[in-house]
Amino acid sequence: MGSIKDEVAIIGMGCTKFGERWDMGAEDLAIEAAYEAFEDAGIEKKEIEACWFSTVMSSVIGVSGTVAMDSLKLGNIPVIRNENWCASGHIALLEACMAVASGAYDVVMALGVEKLKDTGFPGLGTGRGMHPVYEARRTSPGSFGLIAQRYFKTYGLSVEEGRETLAKIEVKNHDNGSLCPKAHFRNKITVEKVLKAPVIAWPLGLFDCCGNSDGAACAIITTAEKAGSFRQDPIFLKGFGISADAMMPHFRPEFSWTSFEALKTSSRKAYEMAGIKNPREELDVAEVHDCFSITELLIYEDFGFSPRGKAREDVDSGFFTREGGLPVNIDGGLKCFGHPIGASGLRMTYEVYKQLQGKADLPERQIKDPRLGLAHTFGGPPQISAVAILGNEMG
Amino acid sequence: MTTVGISLCGGYIPYLRLDRGVIAQIWERHSIGGERSVANNDEDSITMAVEASRNCLAGQGVEEVDGLFFATTTAPYKEKMNASLIATAVDLKREITTADFAHSLRAGTGALKAAFDAVKSGSMGNVLVAASDCRIGYPRSDQEQAFGDGAAAVMASSKNLLATFEGSYSICNEMMDVWRNPEDTFVRTWEGRFILGEGYINHMKEVVSGLFGKYGLEPKDISKAIFPAPDVRTHGNLVKQLGFQMETQVQNPLLSIVGHCGSAHALLMLVEAIEEASPGDMLLLANYADGADAMLFRVTEAIKRERNQRSVKDYIEEKSLLASYARFLSYKGLVETVPGEPFRLMPSATASWRDRRGILRFHGSKCTECGKVTFPVQRVCYHCDSKDTFEEVPLSHMKGEVFTFTLDNLAGRSDDPVVVQTIADFGEEKVRFYGMMTDCDPSEVEVGTPVSLTFRRIYEGVGMHNYFWKCRPVRRGGNT
Repeated sequence: MGSIKDEVAIIGMGCTKFGERWDMGAEDLAIEAAYEAFEDAGIEKKEIEACWFSTVMSSVIGVSGTVAMDSLKLGNIPVIRNENWCASGHIALLEACMAVASGAYDVVMALGVEKLKDTGFPGLGTGRGMHPVYEARRTSPGSFGLIAQRYFKTYGLSVEEGRETLAKIEVKNHDNGSLCPKAHFRNKITVEKVLKAPVIAWPLGLFDCCGNSDGAACAIITTAEKAGSFRQDPIFLKGFGISADAMMPHFRPEFSWTSFEALKTSSRKAYEMAGIKNPREELDVAEVHDCFSITELLIYEDFGFSPRGKAREDVDSGFFTREGGLPVNIDGGLKCFGHPIGASGLRMTYEVYKQLQGKADLPERQIKDPRLGLAHTFGGPPQISAVAILGNEMG
Repeated sequence: MTTVGISLCGGYIPYLRLDRGVIAQIWERHSIGGERSVANNDEDSITMAVEASRNCLAGQGVEEVDGLFFATTTAPYKEKMNASLIATAVDLKREITTADFAHSLRAGTGALKAAFDAVKSGSMGNVLVAASDCRIGYPRSDQEQAFGDGAAAVMASSKNLLATFEGSYSICNEMMDVWRNPEDTFVRTWEGRFILGEGYINHMKEVVSGLFGKYGLEPKDISKAIFPAPDVRTHGNLVKQLGFQMETQVQNPLLSIVGHCGSAHALLMLVEAIEEASPGDMLLLANYADGADAMLFRVTEAIKRERNQRSVKDYIEEKSLLASYARFLSYKGLVETVPGEPFRLMPSATASWRDRRGILRFHGSKCTECGKVTFPVQRVCYHCDSKDTFEEVPLSHMKGEVFTFTLDNLAGRSDDPVVVQTIADFGEEKVRFYGMMTDCDPSEVEVGTPVSLTFRRIYEGVGMHNYFWKCRPVRRGGNT
């Protein structure tokens, strides 16, 4: 497999405030994120040669890339829509990077927008997936509740022990989110509060589930060679991995429900390209797909942050907190930002980008001297995973 | 003349019951006592007929069924053959005769008579007769308490007979006593004294006398008299007037513990009578509605053979009480509860038709290269990656256990909010299944809970009822 390590760089990013943006349409969110990115990159809109646009809920906000075209008036450049469930934002970003690396374009943008709060419902809905009958009443919390139940059973945790471990992850994420001005939820929580919250999909409770929010985020990408002419501190793409497993894990024989091939494959490919041997030691910050608490726990193990079955020990020791060995979801994650599906991958990339530049919005949440960061989304039933590894130095 | 009779039989009573006292209390009136069966919110006359048919066959002789007759007064489809859907879910072969018998509480006995005649004539070897009903009485009426939901299936055949069909006698009579117009939800009746005295009692007496006269029999020749009846008191009056001994000669009318199951009731009582019979017993079945049918059966030595069917008694004993009358009303579609999130995936007649062998027959694929069995059919093998090297295999009979599950509070109806989403491994091949669990107490589900498959109505969309399979905990008795 080839590599585009250090061939492209992000030279500007923007990210809206996430939350219940009742007064903002998808187009308004696109403008808010894109113009912050243009300004950050110090470029004019007319310099953009192509746009990769990520959104999922097309039934609500239209088809193709119309939101980007109509709001930004990009001037007859290609606008290429990407929909890959929760990984849409990352895959749009990576497609844009590959287009620049190919030599077809010099300056492009990746934009992710989602307006979930126009659907009229607090969740993503009932009846998800490919088949109206075989997956009749599948919900997102339901799919991940299946994972939690099996994880507890496989690793000998009582339901109480398992739920308490998951609660600690959410307490950490809310602690991080409380310091993040753009987060939807900024309240601190306690383990006790998490455990007492209403059940959503047992064993997952309310605080085990991320919120539904509106939001948008945007990245401007150019070649590593030209990046220096735009800014002093471009952020380089060090490696990436995208993996899509067969999409019916629910019916797949012997599927373990405690580990996902797509997570393992996407992270391994990204590490390989980035030259990372030991992610636990070498990564300085990671934004991973914490759509549910159990997902973050699973990712610790499938990404090689924690030994198999031992993530609980790292949770207990605080390894993934802001002060720990590998801070994870330093901005509060999907838990505090909510998950406007098509925007999340770019929002996570935004956090890593700012951290690597040393430009976190509040100094108290800036990681000290980070070099390498990872951003990741995981989507579908879930079976599709996208990982991007970024660094602030070439080589 | 070919001897015909019943070679297999099986009943079905839904897991849910409602204490009649709960209904009575709501309406501040007397309870007729006991409990009535209530179809779950994913059951209808088609699914109950499938249950009874699968129980009747108990995995035997599916290939030998030449016809399926379905009897009901509560067909989910007014135009469209319900029998063909039932035959498909029961996984009968395609080269069979199917027909719906409808509109009357005599539909069950009428279908059975037609099946015997078909076997006797030689036009078919084995005809499965399935009867199923879930009628609704007016709120606050006696019928609301008295009706039950249930189904029964019997196989008419000329071989391996549990009971031989010894003869029949029928009368036709036109009167407006019990009826429903096309737009009616509830069963209408004329004055009680008219419908019970002139209608039920007189015609039941006439048909039994006619049968006795035709075959030279007297009450003492009958081991069990099977009389579906509208209520316990009328049943008692009839028994007395015909001269049968209530304690020894009369089959339990199933009214106090199940309720009157419409066109299925005669067959359900017949099934229980056969299950309890001894060789040589003479069974008399008489059934009323706009006339009456009487039938005579002689139980054979074959009744002693080991049978895998779940008995009517098993069904009666395994139950869960509905907590409230409100749930009864909403399960019956009589009150509309607050809508949950809209269902986002609409069915398509073409897609459902293409996938009918998976959705309705529950066929999966067995890879002819590596032997891996999967559901639904996989054209490219999960295990060995070979393409289109599979044979279709029937899987609905399998038993399994829960691999993992979640109690999803978002997925369900607002009147039944918790959906037990289940991943289960079925059979020795560990065929992986994903679906909902039904007829269970969610708090009792565990990893490892033994489950079987049951055919249910899963949702409504674009004017179609959509049926698929669910898990349910394996209960005591029988093969289902």
